[in-house]
Amino acid sequence: MSAGVVIVGGGQAGFGVASTLRACGYDGPVTVFGSEPHLPYQRPPLSKKAHTGPDDLQVSLVPETFYRERDIDLRLDEEVVSLDRAARTVTARSGARVPYTHLVLATGARNRPLTVPGADLDGVHAVRSLDDALAVGRALATAGDVVVVGGGFIGLELARVALAGGARVTVVELADRLLGRALSPALEPRLRERHERFGVRFLTGTAVRALEGPGRVERVVTSAGVLPADLVVYGIGAAPREELARDAGLAVADGVLVDELLRSVSDPWISAVGDCARGPHPHAAGPVRLESVQNATDQGALVGRRIAGREPEPYASLPWFWSDQGDVKLQIAGLRAPSDEVRLTAGDSPERLAAYAFRDGLLVAVETLNWPAEHLAARRLLAHGTPVTAADLAGTTLGALARARRATEVRT
Amino acid sequence: MPTVIFRSPDGTAHQVTAASGTVLMQAALAHGVPGIVAECGGNASCATCHVYIDPAQTGPVGPPNDVEDEMLDFTAAERRPTSRLSCQIRLSDTLDGLVVHLPEEQV
Ligand SMILES: Cc1cc2nc3c(=O)[nH]c(=O)nc-3n(C[C@H](O)[C@H](O)[C@H](O)COP(=O)(O)OP(=O)(O)OC[C@H]3O[C@@H](n4cnc5c(N)ncnc54)[C@H](O)[C@@H]3O)c2cc1C
Ligand code: FES
Repeated sequence: MSAGVVIVGGGQAGFGVASTLRACGYDGPVTVFGSEPHLPYQRPPLSKKAHTGPDDLQVSLVPETFYRERDIDLRLDEEVVSLDRAARTVTARSGARVPYTHLVLATGARNRPLTVPGADLDGVHAVRSLDDALAVGRALATAGDVVVVGGGFIGLELARVALAGGARVTVVELADRLLGRALSPALEPRLRERHERFGVRFLTGTAVRALEGPGRVERVVTSAGVLPADLVVYGIGAAPREELARDAGLAVADGVLVDELLRSVSDPWISAVGDCARGPHPHAAGPVRLESVQNATDQGALVGRRIAGREPEPYASLPWFWSDQGDVKLQIAGLRAPSDEVRLTAGDSPERLAAYAFRDGLLVAVETLNWPAEHLAARRLLAHGTPVTAADLAGTTLGALARARRATEVRT
Repeated sequence: MPTVIFRSPDGTAHQVTAASGTVLMQAALAHGVPGIVAECGGNASCATCHVYIDPAQTGPVGPPNDVEDEMLDFTAAERRPTSRLSCQIRLSDTLDGLVVHLPEEQV
């Protein structure tokens, strides 16, 4: 059998590599290994509504025919257990060995485990996979008291899902504020206030010490007291799945280390994309690992194009992200650093807010609440490298600036 | 089951048949129609599922909703009076025979 491209991981990024290879006319063998039994699917919906049954399995990126028509050998429920870099083969749990000319690691991330006593009780869940989401959806149907451990994106989304299902919801967060460094301190109280208005209770600066119950969780013991709980969901961050790479001797450091073309710094025949990869980015001071659909999609496509023989491009896509938390649509464009100067601006209606982050006087990132148009305008301007200063933004919006810019483009 | 024709800027046509109730963007992705990116998976967050409805059919398809209307100002390709986000359109039997034109670029 002639060797082709082997992709380890059938998620958003792995799908992006495989579909791009074929879209660019690559005609060698393409094999995708996915350790889950499901067709590659989108994760964002998993934490944004309650999933309870087979109808909710419709999060697949594309139907099965897509792979068949393009001769993509999709091997589901089949985990790759080792790489042999000298022989250029991968070995799967079933014993199957497949040779590669190019190998792409798209193994994603796994949830950081909750390590307090009682974390293994029934009724304690994290959400990463479709199966996790179905388990939480079913538990939510009968839960009266829900405790969410971790005030990150997934925790806040799940808090609002639980609230919408009629539960009493408490979010326990160790740090003094929600979303840690992901959201600017200026915007955080505004987001928090919106959730509180809807009835989410927050215990920030609070540690979870133990989960208790007879087989099933009934109480959460925290540094601020004991909370009743029929269901505990936690989202306390994720760690890259990098064991395969590490065991094969590739450089890893909280992610498979890659260069600007997304090739492993240790082996040019191996690339890494998505949640498992850490590499340079023109908008960041050091190598970054991003966990977003944008990053998985754009990195997958970039590697697909390169392997298919297109001119190699350094990875430079503008990072962006969204999180739908009940009636709050949070969107982020660009990468904010803690030292950036942030200016908060209200939009033209009370629910709209934007936080503009400036570095050396220039706009580098924009966080918006319920203001998709401003988010898109930010993406257009930042992606084009249009310099925007605080003075440019005085008394106006990025939307207005982007419209004006577009009008000039049309004229010239 | 309604049938939709997607026309690429180079004139290629892709005919797609999908169940009533299917989101137009999903119908395109499911059939591998090139030119719809849909980065946000239909969440009205990305505007990379931009399409032009055939001018003769904008009536039955209807106008964009408020959020969509604003987002359409920032699509990668130019906005036209017939611009819509395909993730905000549900197919129905009344839309059988719909013709949709794909823009030059989405990102
Ligand atoms: C609940 C949830 C909500 C999210 N919401 C958002 C959001 O709103 N917006 C946003 O931008 N991002 C969101 N994200 C993040 C986004 O989903 C991820 O960044 C994206 O899925 C990363 O794609 P990936 O392909 O790198 O990894 P994944 O999609 O995780 O795919 C990796 C796949 O590889 C498989 N795999 C791993 N090791 C092996 C092996 N050895 N052999 C075979 N297969 C293997 C895994 O089982 C997995 O299926 C969310 C994530 C979660 C979990
Ligand atoms: S798919 Fe993102 S806005 Fe339509």
